Amino acid sequence: MFNTDTLNALRRLLLAMADDHLIIGHRNSEWTGLGPILEEDIAFSSIAQDKIGHALGLYSILNEQLGEADPDTLAFMRNETDFTSCQLVEFPIGEYDFSLVRHLLFDVAALIRFEDASHSAYDPLAKLARKVKGEIKYHVFHASTFVKQLGQGNEESKARMQSAFNQNMALALGMFESFEGEALLVQQGIYKGEAAIRTAWLGEISAILQEAGLQMPDVDKLEPVYGGRKGFHTEFLQPLLDEMTEVFRIDPAAEW
Amino acid sequence: MNIQSLDPRVTRLGIDAEEKNPDQTLQREEHWETYQVFHQKKRGEKHSSVGVVHAPNAEMALLFAKEQYARRGETVNLWIVNTRDVLAMDYDDYDVFSTTPEKMYRDPAGYKVNEKIAAFKKAQLDV
Repeated sequence: MFNTDTLNALRRLLLAMADDHLIIGHRNSEWTGLGPILEEDIAFSSIAQDKIGHALGLYSILNEQLGEADPDTLAFMRNETDFTSCQLVEFPIGEYDFSLVRHLLFDVAALIRFEDASHSAYDPLAKLARKVKGEIKYHVFHASTFVKQLGQGNEESKARMQSAFNQNMALALGMFESFEGEALLVQQGIYKGEAAIRTAWLGEISAILQEAGLQMPDVDKLEPVYGGRKGFHTEFLQPLLDEMTEVFRIDPAAEW
Repeated sequence: MNIQSLDPRVTRLGIDAEEKNPDQTLQREEHWETYQVFHQKKRGEKHSSVGVVHAPNAEMALLFAKEQYARRGETVNLWIVNTRDVLAMDYDDYDVFSTTPEKMYRDPAGYKVNEKIAAFKKAQLDV
């Protein structure tokens, strides 16, 4: 029912979303066992695990509906330049402030994307979105509660939150890099479109920052870090892929 | 010289290794209140006490309770209550309960009503 150009644009969208979720899920799982307190360690690890689940859901649509390779092959056997994740997600976890703020910036966008996708004209995506948007709602609740708590904490926590936002913001704007055929998806009610998601996202983020007593960086003066959607990555992605695929590559045909 | 631990949370506290009582410093830095967690499986059912979380405030307690106590199985709702707000009896007063196990006449098993109910139902049917 969709023409070839639309289907190709759909493949690009789903792959970008899946890669974003896989890479941030892997990154955030690096905190497992090192979280600031036991309860948070468990919560942050679960959230990371959810992200891998969302990536699997998206790769499965590509595989089952759109003729792409199976999810394991897509996740573990592609080259670095085949990944279309934004650069925000590949940066190392840094200190907890960096990871926490990235988690907020990413998940507020993810919630907008999935809430809109739950009415998508492309049914497999709409079905997945309806299934997982509750999980992402918790992820946003988690991130925003933490950011508000630390933004209103002591001088050090406030300063560290602010500097984490300043560090993350240009990278986060890179999430909204447009891709070939995007307009076709918007016209046909399949996807909200990056520009509209970015606008909604800016509104949500500045409201949360205001509540947290933090300053919204001046986004008009920032150069968004684009390139990820076209396969251009920083030096941080390849080592992540090496580690993530280490066990899989020992025996790709193994049954798990 | 601060204590260097394999646990980064300990290292981060910057506790002086020479300090006589490092445990007290740990408690002072990490002391949060506890919140009791109540879990509801289905709407209309009661919330049941399932355990405790440590948190700096109620909202964060709810955040942690979700992953501690509602990470598997069914859940529709959670409550958290600051442990400070729970009025509990003193264990020294346990003697107020000491004779209740003997009061079998308060135990519903003590009533032989099943036969009467069966007879009543039969009578209703016969009418």
